[in-house]
Amino acid sequence: MRGIAFVWQFGEVILAVALAPLFSGWIAQCRAWMQNRTAPPLTQPYRMLHKLFYKDAALATNASRLFRTAPYVLFGTMVLAAAIIPSVVTDLPFARAADAIALIGLFATARVFQALAAMDIGTAFGTLGARREMMIGFLAEPAMLMVFFNAFLLFGSTALTTLVDNRATHPSVIDPSVIFAAIAFIMVLLAENARIPIDNPATHLELTMIHEAMVLEYSARHLALIELASSMKLFNYACIGLSLFLPWGIAIHGAHVGSVLIALAALLVKLAFCGAGIALIESVSAKLRIFRAPEFMAMAFLIAVLGLLVHLLLGANTIA
Amino acid sequence: MLNAHFWATSLGSVAEHRLSSTLLIVACWPAIALACLFRARSIRYVARFLFPLGALICVALFVMAGSFLMSGHGPEVLTLPLGLPDLPFHLRLDALSAFFLIILGLSGAGISTFAAGYFRSGEGTAPGLLGLHYHIFLASMAVVMLADDAYLFMVAWETMALTSYFLVTSQHRIPEIRRAGFLYLLMAHLGAVCILLSFGVMQGGSWQFTLDAMRSASLTPFWASVAFTLALLGFGAKAGLVPMHVWLPEAHPAAPSPVSAMMSGLMLKTAIYGLLRVTFDLLHVRFWQWGVAVLALGLFSALFGAIFAAVQTDMKRLLAYSSIENVGLIFTGIGLSILFAGSNLRLFGALALAAALIHALNHSLFKSMLFLTTGSVLHATRQRSLGKLGGLIRPMPWVAALALIGTLAIAGLPPLNGFVSEWLLLQSFLYTPQLPHAFINMLIPLGAAALALTVALAAYVMVKFYGIIFLGNARETFLAHAHDANWLERVGLSWLAAGCIAIGVQPQLALHAAGKSTGMLLGQTIAPDPSVWRIAPIAPEQASYSGWIFLAIILVTIAVTFLLVRLLAHGRIRRTAAWDCGYPWQTYRMQDTAEGFGQPIRHMFGAFFRMERDLPAPTDLTPRYRVHIEDHFWRALYRPVAAAVQKMADAVSFLQGGRLAFYLLYSFITLLGLLVFVL
Repeated sequence: MRGIAFVWQFGEVILAVALAPLFSGWIAQCRAWMQNRTAPPLTQPYRMLHKLFYKDAALATNASRLFRTAPYVLFGTMVLAAAIIPSVVTDLPFARAADAIALIGLFATARVFQALAAMDIGTAFGTLGARREMMIGFLAEPAMLMVFFNAFLLFGSTALTTLVDNRATHPSVIDPSVIFAAIAFIMVLLAENARIPIDNPATHLELTMIHEAMVLEYSARHLALIELASSMKLFNYACIGLSLFLPWGIAIHGAHVGSVLIALAALLVKLAFCGAGIALIESVSAKLRIFRAPEFMAMAFLIAVLGLLVHLLLGANTIA
Repeated sequence: MLNAHFWATSLGSVAEHRLSSTLLIVACWPAIALACLFRARSIRYVARFLFPLGALICVALFVMAGSFLMSGHGPEVLTLPLGLPDLPFHLRLDALSAFFLIILGLSGAGISTFAAGYFRSGEGTAPGLLGLHYHIFLASMAVVMLADDAYLFMVAWETMALTSYFLVTSQHRIPEIRRAGFLYLLMAHLGAVCILLSFGVMQGGSWQFTLDAMRSASLTPFWASVAFTLALLGFGAKAGLVPMHVWLPEAHPAAPSPVSAMMSGLMLKTAIYGLLRVTFDLLHVRFWQWGVAVLALGLFSALFGAIFAAVQTDMKRLLAYSSIENVGLIFTGIGLSILFAGSNLRLFGALALAAALIHALNHSLFKSMLFLTTGSVLHATRQRSLGKLGGLIRPMPWVAALALIGTLAIAGLPPLNGFVSEWLLLQSFLYTPQLPHAFINMLIPLGAAALALTVALAAYVMVKFYGIIFLGNARETFLAHAHDANWLERVGLSWLAAGCIAIGVQPQLALHAAGKSTGMLLGQTIAPDPSVWRIAPIAPEQASYSGWIFLAIILVTIAVTFLLVRLLAHGRIRRTAAWDCGYPWQTYRMQDTAEGFGQPIRHMFGAFFRMERDLPAPTDLTPRYRVHIEDHFWRALYRPVAAAVQKMADAVSFLQGGRLAFYLLYSFITLLGLLVFVL
């Protein structure tokens, strides 16, 4: 029994690594369609990764070991996150390593490493990107925490697997606070993954970029790992959102192969909708000035708090 | 065989009288302190020989307190026939004092080892005098934690304040340092007066000043609240709780780095100890309203400290503000614990208290470590200002690597220790909806958000601290010749770093130790998780965390990825100049400065600061940018009080006429007045 759980665990991580670039490619494709452009093929991210992995790395002369280790650390944290978040099955042996709050800490670790690596070469762009990224980060964390607080109040746990289990066994519960939390979560997702309206993943305009400014000095395999890690981050966030707000289909404890296959299909469908949704939001909104970012994040935070208050005022009971 | 038996029995007898053995260990410090005077000017004798000896004593204390805590014995008491007639010294070793002695021993060992390598000749006071104060300071902190009567407690408390004052002002020729020392002494004594008054209230008319008498005294709710408020003010002043924090950012930059480390890492903890002792052990009545007050003060201090740390340009001031932040976090845990315990939710109270205790332990480790690294940087560069540093990771790889561990730990990142306590604190916030006070219920989630904001801001601050000192390019040419720390310094730093990692990946032990204290104070420990590789404070279904798995998966992934990349692709590297978007005229002064990195915070939290800024005009031939930041408390609280005191002094100064006859007249009038009063 435990053996099979480790198989699912391993499979889920592999799935996340394999699917994450596809998800980013899908969003790019949807965006292109909505903007009436010819879409790049779905496999474009894989081709780019392949190209990058086989290039010679150009490294600045003063780059320290921290700079070269950071991409690996980044990738490692995202793999760990993928091992914790239940996207297909909930019977994950490593999921007990962290609950949702520890997951926030894990993403913070990745962010700090990336910011430190950006400062390592000592260019004006790198430090600028690091500063902006840390700013967005500390604004996003309270909002994210409020979302998990909401989830805790409703489903009595911050362990994501338990949360999904509790949720799936009580499918009829409808609480308005969930909607508030979902909206707040989407806002955090956009901000944390360098998407419009906070950042533009396709920009190279120095006034607006955040994530790109940090990785300017990276090339070849280091850049490939960072790109892979950031698409995995988006994938992980999407999976957190799905497991919090649309957990239906996920194979809960004691799953057999059939239900896992159903869960996999459900995941693909949900991700497809989710990607299209992100592309839609990005297509219809304009990028905010960097000084408007705090307002955006404060809004996300207040919406989540509102959800909390609605829950407490309505006096709804905790499930589980 | 006989020999083994002898050792076994003597070890057994030592184990039975842990308090007297602990006292013997503590007494070694004053002995070392006296030995420092023999050849006070010899660095070799004082620093390289006596300080490592002091570090060994720290280790012994750590082992002794740890074995006491783990053995689970009840409190031990001892009465020493010392002190004033009819006022013997009472001492007591229990779970709470043992926990804080562990902190003292663990961090003290690292700091003393570092200090052994740190002191140089020709810097301020003679090394022997420094050694004298340093070791008496250590001993007095230990006695504070062992004291079982108000008299001994206050004597040790004042010794602690005085010796640390002398340590702060070791470079007394510099006027700013003298001023910082005066401010520190002033605040320390205001705090001490409050504590003294608090003890006075707590004896409750029995006129017995042993803590035992205070435990059994019955106070009315009003007087208990008075005693609590006085204790909060007194210990808060020592801990640097806002608004009594003003001495901290002045005293820390003034003191030599090991002393800053000692004051921030250890002395602040004596205040935490004192408050816990008074609140949970001595006072029987406890109201949840006290918890709300402590919680609010704690959260405000935490946020205030983090915001001010973000805009500092002096590395030691930055760390001092970060201490205010961490003390705020500890008080947040204590406040939450009082709130829970006062509402009869003892399990959650124990969780919050354990979080506070572990954070105190963690803070002593990583804050001492960071203060010590600033010492190494200071010795290598003679610069405290962040704007003049940069790129030190290359000339100082050891210090940079160890400082990175401290930085990640204090930023509250898993799998290091800072994360564990912050996670526990957030966990205890999750259970606040169980509180039976509807209004408080609604407010407290906001407290959790403020906590999350503080923790995230701490990460911001620490990226700034580390990035500007160690990363990037050297902003001044002389930095390229900076030298790394010597081996004693490295050993001291590594000891503390090892502590940070150990508590981070295996928090079970720390949780167990803290559980002994919560068991004593609240009669409740959090349910131990049967699994050894993770912690799950309430139930594993609700939340769990495992540092081991964190570390293992990340390390395995890194290794596998590295191998795969090497196997499937290649590892070729070409070294070139930095690309920087193709911009070739880049100079080292274009990197973010400390001011630049703090700018978003200044922008967003403008209401917290009193800021004066000179911006250069476009026509300036020599453009200069200057920004001066002050906190509102100086203008709003301290200056008015100082002015009022000055005014009162002026008003009564006519009494001081300078004629002897007048003074004799005053004495006569006073005596007459007293006679009337007595009759």
